[in-house]
Amino acid sequence: MLTLIGILIVVAGFAARLNPLLVVTVAGLATGLASGLGPVEVVTAFGKAFTESRYVAIVWLVLPVIGLLERAGLKERARTVIAGIPAATAGRVLMIYFAVRQVTAALGLISLGGHAQMVRPLVAPMAEGAAENEFGPVPSKTRFRIRAHAAAADNVAVFFGEDIFIAIGSILLIKGFLEQNGITVEPGRLALWAIPTAIVAWLIHNVRLVLLDRSIRLEMSSAPSQAEPTHPDGASA
Amino acid sequence: MIRLEHVYWLMGALAGGVAYVNARDATNPRRWNNAAFWGLYAITFLAGSTIPHFASGCLVIAMVLVASIRKLGQTSRESQSVAQRDASAARFGNRLFIPALTIPAVTLLGSYVLKSLQVGGAPLVDPKQVTQIALALGALAGLVVGMLMLRPPLSAPLHEARRLWDAVGWAAILPQMLAALGALFATAGVGKVVATLAERWLPLGSPLAAVVTYTVGMALFTMIMGNAFAAFPVMTAGIGLPLIMTRFGGDVTIMAAVGMLSGFCGTLMTPMAANYNIVPAALLELPDEYAVIKAQIPTALLLLAANTAIMYAFVYR
Repeated sequence: MLTLIGILIVVAGFAARLNPLLVVTVAGLATGLASGLGPVEVVTAFGKAFTESRYVAIVWLVLPVIGLLERAGLKERARTVIAGIPAATAGRVLMIYFAVRQVTAALGLISLGGHAQMVRPLVAPMAEGAAENEFGPVPSKTRFRIRAHAAAADNVAVFFGEDIFIAIGSILLIKGFLEQNGITVEPGRLALWAIPTAIVAWLIHNVRLVLLDRSIRLEMSSAPSQAEPTHPDGASA
Repeated sequence: MIRLEHVYWLMGALAGGVAYVNARDATNPRRWNNAAFWGLYAITFLAGSTIPHFASGCLVIAMVLVASIRKLGQTSRESQSVAQRDASAARFGNRLFIPALTIPAVTLLGSYVLKSLQVGGAPLVDPKQVTQIALALGALAGLVVGMLMLRPPLSAPLHEARRLWDAVGWAAILPQMLAALGALFATAGVGKVVATLAERWLPLGSPLAAVVTYTVGMALFTMIMGNAFAAFPVMTAGIGLPLIMTRFGGDVTIMAAVGMLSGFCGTLMTPMAANYNIVPAALLELPDEYAVIKAQIPTALLLLAANTAIMYAFVYR
């Protein structure tokens, strides 16, 4: 039962909003010690897993070029492009991105999106730009909500699109695990049964984006005077 | 042969450069903390494969202490004013999108082409690492195109990378920390203990109860582990196979496919899935680190209910 102490620390630490790095480290050390490892072994296990998962950090290699493009006005350009489309709203921009992301992920093209490569430099500024286009300056609270929804659209679309592609990691994991248990399944049928959920995900999230547009409209019409004049780059203010 | 190790040298160079720029920036009151944090991170990339894992573990703990006790700071300086950026945006127009789109284009192309390329009989790229190496090549290609097109000062990419990475801050290493935590959980057998508890306490007497326990359990356990891949074997061995399949005669394919997707609903709701939920909040400079999770919770809950309904409707046919 003591092995669960790590989970307890994580839940309590995240709930208390302590620094997640510290929470995770303490939870890891406590779990290791509780399972009978010595202090040196625990630190070794930590170092080993950290080193072996360095590949998840490779995405940060896009920062130099993304930063360079932002310096040259990429976000501003993304906003201008959207301003040329009168029908664009924050929700509609995200609906289009969602559809493209989900369909491409279903075809196995997962690298066509991502938070560092697409959401920060392109999708979020376009969605924000669409809202500004519609209402003028937007308060930072609304701006932050639009950004959070831009990230959410990327996640939901890719999660419930990729499983339709038969060579994706999760399908291979399911197949491998069931084989270990003496059960053979066809990857094609696994992928097929990802389709109903994909369609429902698309429906649910589109409705939510329609509601997002509606709530932004309501917010902007009820309190237009509260719109603080923000720097186009809201967060730095 | 190009291996991940070479990409790690590149990462080390980037993190080292960011540490250097931070150390020289007097406008950031916490510049030495930042320099130490990114400098230590650079070492984990440059030397991580050669030094003992215990030493890596010590480096990691030092980084955590710097970030959580000493705290990281940020420069207040933007390299270009809004007016300058507007002027530049007007000058380059839609050409600005070219380097940005080069990244996914080269990544995709790379992940297909690199697999089959051979030099002198040996594969050019380690076949198991193609995806990651292709991403690195995509980033490099985008940078080259961007530099040729924009002709900024040579130090600009490093300064801009520093600006973005400092905005992300400690969240940048959270995904790796969680992978480490997951490994320790696995060593300690946390998954088995949770599954045993679930089996002992949950009502599993009917086909519907088994489905609900399985889908909701997948989501909850994914939230704890931060990863549906870690939850799937535990929940499927504990509840899916013995109950839904063997006892109630359910279809294993439908059970597994929809079960995994129920886990993904959990991924949307947990800070443990840091690279999807916490890192983007930092990257988008949101003041609330849980803002992305909050935006996702309604979709995740509705979809979990939908998954449960889909599984119950079809798995026993």
